[in-house]
Amino acid sequence: MRGCGVPRVARVPAGGGCRGGGHRGAGRPARRAAGGPGRGGRRADRAAAGAAELRLRLADGVRRGLAGEEGTGRSAWDGVAARMVDAQAPGLASRVRELAAVPASGPDWPGRLLEEYALLDLLAAAYGRVDRLPAPLAATVRSRVGFTVEAVEVLRTVPAVRDRWLVLGAHDTADERLATRRLWLRGTATGRIALLLSHGRAGRAADLSLPVGLVVEADLAYHPGARPLRAVLGPGAGPPAPPVPGGGVPPGVTVGGAMAEYGAALAGDPWLDSWPVVLADVVPVPGPEGWRLADADGDADCGDGEGGGWIPVHAPGSAAGPGLWRLAAVSGGRPVTVFGECGHRGFAPVTVWDADGIPTGLRT
Amino acid sequence: MAGRHQEPRPDGWEELVATALLGTGRRALPGTGGAPVLSRAAGAAAAARTDPAAALLALAALGTVHRRAGLRPAPRGALPGAAPDDPRPPLPGAAATRLGMLLTERGGPAGRAGPAGSGTPAGLPELLPQWLYAARARGFRVPAPLVPALLDAARSRSELRPDAVALAGPLGRWLAERNPDWRFVLRMVPGAGRAAGAAGTAGPPQGPGGQRPQGHASSPPAPGSGTADGDGDGTADGDGIWEEGLFAERVTHLTRLRRSDPAAGLRLLRSTWAAERAEDRLLFLDALQDGLSPDDEPFLEAALNDRSRNVRLTAAELLSALTGSALARRMAERARAAVRLRRGPGGEVFAVEPPAACDEAMRRDGIAEHSPTGRGDRAWWLGEIVAAAPLALWTAETGRTPEQLLPLPVSDGWGDDLREAWARAAVRQNDAGWARALLGPPPPPDERPGGRRAGAPARLLAVLPPPERAAWAAAFVDVHGLGEAFQMLGACAVPWTAGLGAAVVGALERAAGAGAYPWSHSGVLGMAERALAPEAADGVESLAAAGTGGPAWAETFGRLACTLRFRAAMLAELGPLPPDGPLARTAR
Repeated sequence: MRGCGVPRVARVPAGGGCRGGGHRGAGRPARRAAGGPGRGGRRADRAAAGAAELRLRLADGVRRGLAGEEGTGRSAWDGVAARMVDAQAPGLASRVRELAAVPASGPDWPGRLLEEYALLDLLAAAYGRVDRLPAPLAATVRSRVGFTVEAVEVLRTVPAVRDRWLVLGAHDTADERLATRRLWLRGTATGRIALLLSHGRAGRAADLSLPVGLVVEADLAYHPGARPLRAVLGPGAGPPAPPVPGGGVPPGVTVGGAMAEYGAALAGDPWLDSWPVVLADVVPVPGPEGWRLADADGDADCGDGEGGGWIPVHAPGSAAGPGLWRLAAVSGGRPVTVFGECGHRGFAPVTVWDADGIPTGLRT
Repeated sequence: MAGRHQEPRPDGWEELVATALLGTGRRALPGTGGAPVLSRAAGAAAAARTDPAAALLALAALGTVHRRAGLRPAPRGALPGAAPDDPRPPLPGAAATRLGMLLTERGGPAGRAGPAGSGTPAGLPELLPQWLYAARARGFRVPAPLVPALLDAARSRSELRPDAVALAGPLGRWLAERNPDWRFVLRMVPGAGRAAGAAGTAGPPQGPGGQRPQGHASSPPAPGSGTADGDGDGTADGDGIWEEGLFAERVTHLTRLRRSDPAAGLRLLRSTWAAERAEDRLLFLDALQDGLSPDDEPFLEAALNDRSRNVRLTAAELLSALTGSALARRMAERARAAVRLRRGPGGEVFAVEPPAACDEAMRRDGIAEHSPTGRGDRAWWLGEIVAAAPLALWTAETGRTPEQLLPLPVSDGWGDDLREAWARAAVRQNDAGWARALLGPPPPPDERPGGRRAGAPARLLAVLPPPERAAWAAAFVDVHGLGEAFQMLGACAVPWTAGLGAAVVGALERAAGAGAYPWSHSGVLGMAERALAPEAADGVESLAAAGTGGPAWAETFGRLACTLRFRAAMLAELGPLPPDGPLARTAR
């Protein structure tokens, strides 16, 4: 799945700074350093040119009609994606590649394709005037276009948040080159959720290992952005320890509350496909037309705020089946706490806590 | 999100999509209604004479984010009922971890002759059945997150099903009601040692070792064992299931009822018997094996007149297991007429005169008119009669023991047929005295095993008490080695006794010393991995160290020792067997 609030391309070496010249360590304000007009200017110019070209292509597609996209395959978009790579905008490139897959994605594809067209156009447009955006939003846009900020840079420039962080969940993915581990943490004092990414060579586990359900006292520095989520683990983290009694299950919200949190996050970052949320007291409901997570409390007949609602479960990947049945088994029809990603496609569960507060990972 | 496009959206989204599909070159940009922010943007785009394509994309972006940010949950429908509580204690932590390992390492190093290092135990999947049995016998429940993987394993390996389903307990049934892949769970009787339903699979699945008790009368479940997994199903809704349920549910219900109240089960079956289809009648009749008693005789006797031949045969077989039944008496009558003990010139002899024809009454009692085997019809009739006649007939009428009767000569070459039929009767009637006499002592070295002895030794062995079984098999292996011992070993209770284990290890050592190939004994080796007592590990390891038989045998012994230690650790994690556990099965 895309989104997760994760910068879409995390593996690209940090920006064009080394090439673009001469300002490293020159004591510029951090805010301007990351791809500002001075440092990395050449790369920024290229990316801006690429974004402008992409907007023309998108407008051209809409002018000629999206109906023509059905059956054209990916070759047309592959060329555009290659040019976005040349323009050093890998975030745009991977979004472009995903466009090509939408017409084959089943019923309602025109609506989804238009959504993707529009959000990509919005991103390219935003990058075109990124220097005039508020700094946090500009950071979000740069990150989504494909500019990365190195961890040391984040640690150096962003004040750290010290907290006792409960490990909420983990998800390992791998492609032919790279193994990626996502770890979600929740500050027991601040209530903030953070996402740690770590990478390893393909075929080997990523190096960062924090067992789900344990608590680690640490400094985290959030990558700058309109809705900061991705964070970097600072030095001096304590060893993972069991939570204090009763502190192992994170507090959560209703289904309606989770969707409201996603909506609020979209206000900062309109490209978010989902937002990490803890649902409390929900019941997984298997059904022939798909799974749902339902509020255990509240009336069944009113979903507008006070009453009980439900949300479709969106389970990406081939491991979806076993994970969902584990979720159903842990619940057994009783309310459970579920951490996952809530978005416009539904809720993608990551971890479930049983009545005794024991967590079970659903993506491993 | 599912259903998001089912109703027209008030923000004019469908209009935007229709225009985008056709192309703004061919269709004008629609006016956007709905939310003020959208219509204002549309108006602004029109006023600024923006390129329609760019304007459409901007409007679509606005509409997309607007919709996503405003998503609300659908009002929920009915929630599923909760799974019944499982009062059993949870597995110890280490055992739960081990189960997770056994369940995920399904494709482990199974090839015993393969080049795998001797440091790894043999295929973990082979140890799963034993783990499941041991955990079930100790009355644990499996942690909920592992239940789906357990059911998946049982789905692909039917021999795991009885123990897996019992361990999964009420949660397993609850899940199976929701996942068609696990429907087999619903056909199982809780606490049962065998599947009750699926046509053609009734009866315990026999693994390569055939380690489950055979015969009707063996190991009736202890009273209340059906509730070991907390699924004691009352009969409150039973009549509903019986009247309206699916066939598999009905069989399950009947079998369950037979275990708790055989008379009620029979009453239930009688209530609808006449209306059942023939193939259903057959399997319902099969369910009467549980709790079979003389009370069932009138019903079974009536079933001898059933329209279906298979129903008649099954009824006859059940009746012959009831040694006091009228059918058994009729068979005794025929046996008496066919086989007489006479005093001849050279001493006593069995004079055999099989019936000359298969009359109507014999056919009604389940004897086929023509031999389905290679032997002649008369030999077939003789075998059917003697196998169904109560064995007590022979001892009671002659005042002799089986040991005294068996050596007597038999006239006209009928001896093999007679002994074969007695062996079948001993198995069917679960008669240890006759089985012991028919087996005799293990044959001496010069006698080819199984030569002129009656019945398959493994089947007769299964009738004996487990210690006696093990002692006989050990004596056999000591004399004859492992070549013919596979089925006998499979009939012995697991873990093997120290004596039997020593006999098998000794025979393996001799085979290694004699230059045999390890893989020519792979069947016995595989069984030894599962059945040798863990205490045998030291002895096996010293064989590996001694290098008897060369590197291939050293590796084989090394892996066997490693497997035994793995098993020992696996069983130690589960803790001691409770003295009167919820399940007390004798043979396994």
